Amino acid sequence: MPGKLKAKIVAGRHLPVMDRASDLTDAFVEVKFGNTTFKTDVYPKSLNPQWNSEWFKFEVDDEDLQDEPLQITVLDHDTYSANDAIGKVYIDIDPLLCSEAATVISGWLPIYDTIHGIRGEINVLVKVDLFNDLNRFRQSSCGVKFFCTTSIPRCYRAIMVHGFVEELVVNEDPEYQWIDRIRTPRASNEARQRLIFLMSGELQRKIGLKVLEMGGNAVVGYLQCFDLEGESGLVVRAIGTACTLEKISTFPATATHPSNSSPSKDMKEPVFGEEAPGVPLSSGPPTPLRAQTFSSFSPSKSYSRQSSSSDTELSLTPKTGMGSGGSAGKDAGPLKALLKQQTQSALEQREYPFFTLTVFPPGFLLHVGGVVSARSVKLLDRIHNPALGNTRSYKLLDWNSFTADEPETRDAWWEEIRQEIKSHAKSLGCHAVVGYSESTSICEEVCILSASGTAAILSSRFMQDGPLDTELRLSQQPLCVFSTGSERVEGDMGSSASLGFEEVVSPGCGFCHIPYDELNIPFPAQLTYCYCCRRYKVPDVLFTTIDLPTEASVTGKGCLIQARLCRTKKKAQGEVNATAISNLLPFLEYELHTQLMNKLKLRGMNALFGLRIQISVGETMLLGLASATGVYLTALPSPGGIQIVGKTPSDITYEQHISNMQKKINDTITKNKELYEINPPEVVEEIIGSPIPEPRQRSRLFRSHSESSDDVSEIDLSHGKKDAFVLEIDDTDAVEDIHALLTDSPTPAGFYSCNTEIMPGIQNWTSAIQMFTSVRVFRLNANLTNQGLNKIFSDLCENLLKSLYFKLRSMVPCCLCHLNFTVAIPEDELIQVAVTAVALSFDKEQTLENGKQSGEKTPIKAITENDEQLQFNLELNAETSSSSISPKGLSEVGSHPSARAPSVDYSSFADRCSSWIEQLKLKAHTIRRGSVKTTSSMEKASPLPEGRSRSLRSNRSYSGSSVAVVKMTPLSFIPGAKIIKYLGIINMFFIRETSSLREEGGVSGFLHTFIAEVFAMVRAHVAALGGNAVVSYSMKECVFMENPNKNQAQCLINVSGDAVIFVRESELELTSVQPQSATTQTSNGGEGT
Amino acid sequence: MSVELDVFVGNTTIMDKEVYQLWLNGYTVNDAVKVRIEGGVMEECEASAEVLLSDTMDQYRTFQMCERLLHHPAKLANQLLFQIPPDRQAMLIERYYAFDDSFVREVLGKKLSKGTKKDLDDVSIKTGIMLKSCRRQFDNFKRVFKVVEELKGPLVENIRQHFLLPDPLARDYAAIVFFANNRFETGKKKLQYLTFQDFAFCAGQLINNWTVGAVDNMMEDMDVDLDKEFLQDLKDLKILITDKDLLDQHKSLVCTALRGKTNVFNEMEANFKNLSRGLVNIAAKLINAKDVRDFFIDLVEKFIEPCRSDKLTSIDVNLYLTHYTNSAHILDTFKHHTVWTRYMGVIKSCILRMYHD
Repeated sequence: MPGKLKAKIVAGRHLPVMDRASDLTDAFVEVKFGNTTFKTDVYPKSLNPQWNSEWFKFEVDDEDLQDEPLQITVLDHDTYSANDAIGKVYIDIDPLLCSEAATVISGWLPIYDTIHGIRGEINVLVKVDLFNDLNRFRQSSCGVKFFCTTSIPRCYRAIMVHGFVEELVVNEDPEYQWIDRIRTPRASNEARQRLIFLMSGELQRKIGLKVLEMGGNAVVGYLQCFDLEGESGLVVRAIGTACTLEKISTFPATATHPSNSSPSKDMKEPVFGEEAPGVPLSSGPPTPLRAQTFSSFSPSKSYSRQSSSSDTELSLTPKTGMGSGGSAGKDAGPLKALLKQQTQSALEQREYPFFTLTVFPPGFLLHVGGVVSARSVKLLDRIHNPALGNTRSYKLLDWNSFTADEPETRDAWWEEIRQEIKSHAKSLGCHAVVGYSESTSICEEVCILSASGTAAILSSRFMQDGPLDTELRLSQQPLCVFSTGSERVEGDMGSSASLGFEEVVSPGCGFCHIPYDELNIPFPAQLTYCYCCRRYKVPDVLFTTIDLPTEASVTGKGCLIQARLCRTKKKAQGEVNATAISNLLPFLEYELHTQLMNKLKLRGMNALFGLRIQISVGETMLLGLASATGVYLTALPSPGGIQIVGKTPSDITYEQHISNMQKKINDTITKNKELYEINPPEVVEEIIGSPIPEPRQRSRLFRSHSESSDDVSEIDLSHGKKDAFVLEIDDTDAVEDIHALLTDSPTPAGFYSCNTEIMPGIQNWTSAIQMFTSVRVFRLNANLTNQGLNKIFSDLCENLLKSLYFKLRSMVPCCLCHLNFTVAIPEDELIQVAVTAVALSFDKEQTLENGKQSGEKTPIKAITENDEQLQFNLELNAETSSSSISPKGLSEVGSHPSARAPSVDYSSFADRCSSWIEQLKLKAHTIRRGSVKTTSSMEKASPLPEGRSRSLRSNRSYSGSSVAVVKMTPLSFIPGAKIIKYLGIINMFFIRETSSLREEGGVSGFLHTFIAEVFAMVRAHVAALGGNAVVSYSMKECVFMENPNKNQAQCLINVSGDAVIFVRESELELTSVQPQSATTQTSNGGEGT
Repeated sequence: MSVELDVFVGNTTIMDKEVYQLWLNGYTVNDAVKVRIEGGVMEECEASAEVLLSDTMDQYRTFQMCERLLHHPAKLANQLLFQIPPDRQAMLIERYYAFDDSFVREVLGKKLSKGTKKDLDDVSIKTGIMLKSCRRQFDNFKRVFKVVEELKGPLVENIRQHFLLPDPLARDYAAIVFFANNRFETGKKKLQYLTFQDFAFCAGQLINNWTVGAVDNMMEDMDVDLDKEFLQDLKDLKILITDKDLLDQHKSLVCTALRGKTNVFNEMEANFKNLSRGLVNIAAKLINAKDVRDFFIDLVEKFIEPCRSDKLTSIDVNLYLTHYTNSAHILDTFKHHTVWTRYMGVIKSCILRMYHD
């Protein structure tokens, strides 16, 4: 008996009237855990019963503690007939099992009924006494922390990043077990809710075990999904990144000094072609050439992994490497190869070198190759084979594997896809995949499995034994988020001597340098020398699924870029259908990619972050939606314009038409550049001013070479010296595409939008945040053409965005962050789009001059931090390399950001073989400079927190209400606040159903209420844990079904996030004891009234 | 092609004050959109009519969902469904319970019954206030009435606590409840010139002076009913007009005091007996519930109209009433000083308030 669960039912309020005669209720409560049930007394004739029960004690295994939810049912006592259920509360007690999370659950929780929604609230107290269990063969994994956050949680530091963990569990779906009998909605819904609760618990426990096996203590970037496969069953699967985390008690903690784990790499010979990719598997270059690569996605057997199987094989997995890149400069070769080798060993031990993280500890992410993705179409078989008993009813179409155990088969599907991703990454010269995620889309018996991530090269630092400690600054990010290199710099200090060599040279550009080898570029791409450091090659565009690295130097601001596509398909069954879909997929992906590329160019940008491509399948169409945040990376070349070329230039009016369009496009690009403040520095001038002649020449040479291949003279040169992107108009389709390109309306004044965590170029966030979910369902007419569909779908998304801007106009100036679109085809002719995002408002005044300020402020901050560390740490030389850059950067603020890179490069590394001692001298010098600056910078920085505290005070007066305010955000942080404690994961699944749709305000009224109820339940559970916010919140599932003729509707929603306690930074400064008082404050609030 | 479903839910519930007002005023979604377009919000925010429609529908839905809570404002503060900052909550409540003076004038003193509710369409046509808004206001009156009716203690305080209303609004509701409870007649043609605020002021006077709660705060009774004992005692005032000597004495005292102080002395003197009879008769009849209803009409007919036809200014009226009240205390055979003061205090301030065009 390793655990004792105790629950106490205190009171209820706002209960519904259950007895019409008296207008009152005789309520009592059943408390159930596992198979044990306790009951309270009946509290007669009250809508606000005070049970004040004894402590109900459950003695249970910790395994059960992890799997089972505590189930509280409120009933109305009826002497003569059966007791009526009022509603239920499921409490996930997992947060109580971890010593570092919550200790008690106490507060008002909504009583929920799947038919009536929230029906009053109940006040409960739940505690767990855990006994230490030393059993080595235990099946539980209590104590492993789970985080939805896809970065190292603030207030923790990563000791080790172990890698990928995954698990899936399957079961029959209770919804389909009533087929022969009559379906009773409440019973069916409740069975489903409970089952998914159980399965999630089991899944977490199993993943926890894997983490323990790996020696970790936490899962970061935990992503759990449901596949509702209809009659064939229910799959719950999860992926995450296992880590060893350590709590940061007070920051900055003393930085311990790492033993140098990375061998010096200077003198090694290059090992080129070590893992030269055989076939160019990945495609994704921005030129029409790509079509060729795609042609190989026809259902040829060469791509199917199960070639042994018969013709029924449908696992056609088109894949795209949407990366692009350049190659390493020649001098970078040896380093890279070595680095590769070194980390390779660490990663090769892992089956899948995947990381669900999108933000990384400083120094972890070295190079990014590009996006890798894989998709596979599968058939869920309806046939229920009696031989399988009730274990499962779906299987691969491949009959050979049909005897396999269910989850195994499912595992095999994913394994196949992951292998593919792994090989794509390899072909990009990368040994790891970051920002990795998996998803499915199911329509009837067809299922599309998708996985995508970003191929990357990682530092071995966090993956080896004898972990190197680096001070994680992530917890402070909200303040110095867009530093030009400060973050990275600090991360590098530990190993600057050898490992950080390259990064020190190029603080904000290192990750852009191509990881693959120049001579064997996996796809056609144009490479240039990095515009920051001039030493290494970079691609002309970069697509990634990760967040913008904090150290990246960015010119101007970013914006949300979406590619939207609809493709009709014929209605079909079974294999025919699956084949049709797999045939369509490559074209869909190609067009999405082209759209993305065009829109990116149109905005004058050269990189995409947070790319997420969602493909949804319906009976008569496929929907594709790609969202990403476009930015202008200073390190990458300026994008060329878009040039339109007509195929038949005979007609004069046609030519005129073309030149008109060309003009429109050029105007748009100019306008966008202004809008997003993209003023890349004039490269040539700088180079002249730069004291290093050699790289300049080299880069010139290279560039002229690359340009010579195109007819530069013909092309409009107004948008950069680079060759323009050529769009051929050869048919009406292309004309439509261009029109579509230009119809994207710009965001209204005062608004910015992105789908990443943060917006480059904006820093001074206020504490005003507004998280929201918006859902739209659109009914289509039958018989639409592809173009018609495209337009409708595109308009739907655009209008939705417009509505959001209008709704949030009171928050201007503001930025919509983490805009997460999900599309679905709930029925034939219906398109559903759901958006969850957060609006953050910021102070306008500072943004105007932010070009300067951002540059100025952040390096200063870095210095202050470095300076602080010096007090703890006498070993100067390890740190110095880090500081050497920031003061330089500082000294050159005002000039173009990229101007500084070459000079730094030169001064600190005049010669690549410069002696270590020389470097040290230089650094010691700069350190001194840095510390002098510190004082002045402190003064400068101080007005900001003050301003915040003012706005906070007005905010705080709100908390006088009896319900505690709980903030929700899809971001991993809260602007202007510090997260002081993670209380555990929130993972909730609700079903709501109605048979009086009209009476509840139609579909909109029904869903509006339900979403509001889900929010309310999330807030209440967080408040009961003692928290005051949910971070990394996401709505992972919103399945809506309606039958207006029967006046019925049903909706399933799955949400998740991390419950936290945050404290305003201004409060932190005021009192150091704040954390405790904040805790009590919120928990009191939760219990209030 | 149509938008089948369109919802927006914020963690903090977003509510537009302007749209809220349109909703309260009973505009349909389409009318509200028209009003908003005319208001120029579109140009301001680069929005289209479509966006405006979607936003308006969404807001309307939110308000409808909130309405249930607004019926019990105390619940709004500790409900979990909507996260609304307290200042917003206060705004929602205050505006929901706000009413149009022209509407309340129509139903003031009427029984808050289903019958009255049925007649609201006529009221709506007459006042130009939309029926929906009329219904909301009427239901508010009724709801407040029902809750407060059974409660003990001071009326205004009860309303303020149960409905979280700001003080002036709570007072107005007290007046409405008081009028409805005592069914004062306010609709007669002769009373048309009086505004709701006139009546509300009078109601305040009555509540503060003539109810049980007015004399004894500890009294566990309600503020809504007039003090029966006091009404009984008022009958004793009749002596002022039935006793010929007393009446003459009173007249001469008042006239002595007034002489030379006003240009309308002659009219006052001539009318003294008439006016005095009027006021004392009102007092004596108040014991009958039916006559309580006619209190205001009586005041107008028996006192205000005669004064007005004599062209008395309100200063004159004030002067007259002051001396009329004070002189009674000097009469030797008149014993009912407390009742007289309590009665005339209210009468005087009511008349002065009502004495305008």
